[in-house]
Amino acid sequence: MKFLKGALVFLVVIGLCFTIFAGEVEVLHWWTSGGEAAAMTVLKQMLEKEGHTWKDFAVAGGGGDAAMTVLKSRAIAGNPPSAAQVKGPQIQLWGAEGVLTNLDDVAKAEKWDKIIPKVVADIMKYKGHYVAVPVNVHRINWMWCNPAVFKKAGAKIPTTWAEFEVAAKKIQAAGLIPVAWGGQPWQEATVFETIVAGIGGSDFYRKALVKADPAALNSYTMIKCLETLKMIKQYTDKGAPGRDWNLATAMVIKGQAAMQFMGDWAKGEFTAAGKKPGVDYIAALAPQTSKQFIFNIDSFIMFKIKDAKNVEAQKAMARLILQPRFQEVFNVNKGSIPVRLGMPEAPFDAPARQAMKDFVTSAKTGGLVPSMAHEMAVMPAIRGAIMDVVTNFYNSNMSAKDAASQLASAVKAAK
Amino acid sequence: MKNRVQIPTEYIAPKTGFLNRVENILPKLVLVPTIAVALIFIYGFILWTTWISFTNSRLLPDYSLAANYKISEQVVEKLKNDGIPETILEKLAPLLTQESVRKNDFLTEVTDQLGEEETIKYENIILKHAHNPDLLVQFITLFTKEPRWWVAIINLFIFSSLFIVICIITGLILAIFLDQRIRAEGFLRTIYLYPMALSFIVTGAAWRWILNPDLGLERLIQQIGFKDFTFRWLVDPNMAIYTIVIAAVWQSSGFMLALFLAGLRGIDDAIIKAAKVDGASLPRIYWRIIIPSLRPVFLSAVIILSHLAIKSFDLVMILTRGGPGTATDMPATFMYAFAFNRARLGFGAASAVIMFLAVMAIIIPYLFTELRRTRNA
Repeated sequence: MKFLKGALVFLVVIGLCFTIFAGEVEVLHWWTSGGEAAAMTVLKQMLEKEGHTWKDFAVAGGGGDAAMTVLKSRAIAGNPPSAAQVKGPQIQLWGAEGVLTNLDDVAKAEKWDKIIPKVVADIMKYKGHYVAVPVNVHRINWMWCNPAVFKKAGAKIPTTWAEFEVAAKKIQAAGLIPVAWGGQPWQEATVFETIVAGIGGSDFYRKALVKADPAALNSYTMIKCLETLKMIKQYTDKGAPGRDWNLATAMVIKGQAAMQFMGDWAKGEFTAAGKKPGVDYIAALAPQTSKQFIFNIDSFIMFKIKDAKNVEAQKAMARLILQPRFQEVFNVNKGSIPVRLGMPEAPFDAPARQAMKDFVTSAKTGGLVPSMAHEMAVMPAIRGAIMDVVTNFYNSNMSAKDAASQLASAVKAAK
Repeated sequence: MKNRVQIPTEYIAPKTGFLNRVENILPKLVLVPTIAVALIFIYGFILWTTWISFTNSRLLPDYSLAANYKISEQVVEKLKNDGIPETILEKLAPLLTQESVRKNDFLTEVTDQLGEEETIKYENIILKHAHNPDLLVQFITLFTKEPRWWVAIINLFIFSSLFIVICIITGLILAIFLDQRIRAEGFLRTIYLYPMALSFIVTGAAWRWILNPDLGLERLIQQIGFKDFTFRWLVDPNMAIYTIVIAAVWQSSGFMLALFLAGLRGIDDAIIKAAKVDGASLPRIYWRIIIPSLRPVFLSAVIILSHLAIKSFDLVMILTRGGPGTATDMPATFMYAFAFNRARLGFGAASAVIMFLAVMAIIIPYLFTELRRTRNA
């Protein structure tokens, strides 16, 4: 009995020690696959070095639908985690619920306004205050090409949509598949927004896919964009509907198909297959978007929590995420680029270096635009409405004119 | 009075004693958690979802009933009567031409006109008068402004009618064949029943590969030598819904076989023998005597299959993901997409309520007939 009592006192003291000296961060995320999980471990170690503890709240299942459901129920119950992986306009939705904490003091001390571009900072703020921390930047408007296939067909890698048609015809005539297509709504929307950026230009892109302006959505330019999307369809294969993006990438890797339009995560598939950039595959920019940078940024929103020590740990996490060390390790592992400007380029591969340069220049020229398909540009309801119309248009005989007017009316209904 | 039968005391349930009381209460006590769980998690959440469907909930539930806000001439008049200064009313004048909008958008518009300070001051009174209840807004949007919902409804109609009819016919035919006292009946029955042991996820994945033109049936038959053979229903938006019927029928007709076989075995042999003696042919016996006497089995089959059809979610998710495009969308996948992926909780709840009503439309008549039968029996 005496021993038990002693043990109990001991445990209580230990427990108290932890609450006195260290705070805990509970982090909801779905970076559970190999490289991503390794990258998160670095953040965990950095926090532990500062004396805080890390509680992983990983909910597997890419895309994070399952995780969001869990997060909602925790937030409703008044017991949110310290941080959660939420991005784009959804930050505003959470901000409007009044559950997010203010990170302005950390941002000021660390000069966030200087080290991240304004376009990005605006997304991280709710009513002018920082409520989220950006982690990494993905570029969407890539075109992954297999040079061997182009050579076999005697075609050259296109830089405009007119050139694309010429090249695609040659590749098809050579008995190969010009475009490796994944027929899922988000992938179709990815190509669609790349076309809108290329044909319409950055200003039109912002009007149509960021402001969701009905006049821009139902315009001559939009009809042109939709027609281009439908034009690509004849250069895809019959197995495309429902195909996962990585299977489409595999078609390019194996030399069955010539090119794929996909964000920079496709690079990971090439690397895993032991392919070298510039030799076995070429990371080109999608036609007519060489001056543009469609971005997809992952970020953590930080919740209001009660325990003072935990708040400290939460602030430490916010600070560490934008530290050069984490930015480098995480992004090299994930295949994205640092959101922090002015990072050394040496550890990154050629496509990433190009993206880092373009990230800076496009931020100045206005070519830096948020991705609609990847939940960076518009509210989920509007994104869903746009994607419904795009995928229905692509998969049916609907005319581009009808699709454009449906885009305008669907967006209006979703608002 | 004297020869009244004395019941031995040990047969009478004792009314006192702690242990005995526990024994009496225990069965009820054991049932309480189950009943409580059913009350909360079934009926409680049905009510909760119904309530949410009458609100404007987006990302998280918002319990105030759906309404829109607009400043009209009458509202200005009421505000004037409540002592709002003329200067404020003048500032609000540009909003007279605006359409009615949701609360947050309305407040933003008011703030644009009045500025932060005065908005906070007059917010409550303006909201009170500009408020128009709009209880059914989610349902109206669902049926008038969302073409995808109609796709889902039509798909459900096509899928469930074909699924139910084909399942029952194949199940019945298989059961009649198996009922002919054939050899290896147990073995065959197991084969037919096996698909039911699989989850819809497995069925969906298997059929996705079988029907994929690059991997499955089309390729196989082309490799055998029929170069012109094409079978591309899975990737054809007009035909994709029928691939879901194929997979679902494959999975559930074995179960129907088991149901009908049990029904057939329950029919008295004497009736059939009597009919044979009267010179009726075998098809005639089945058509006129056996199948009609399976009526209760048909009823159960329809009920089971139709609620399976309305709830069909996993099969669609894995087989076509609602595609190509939204060609194979069903009410259940529709509800999931809007409530959970698109931050339109109220709208998703409205579609869930419609699905619930559809299930009720089938279940309630069934329950009535069942109850009537037990009462008559």
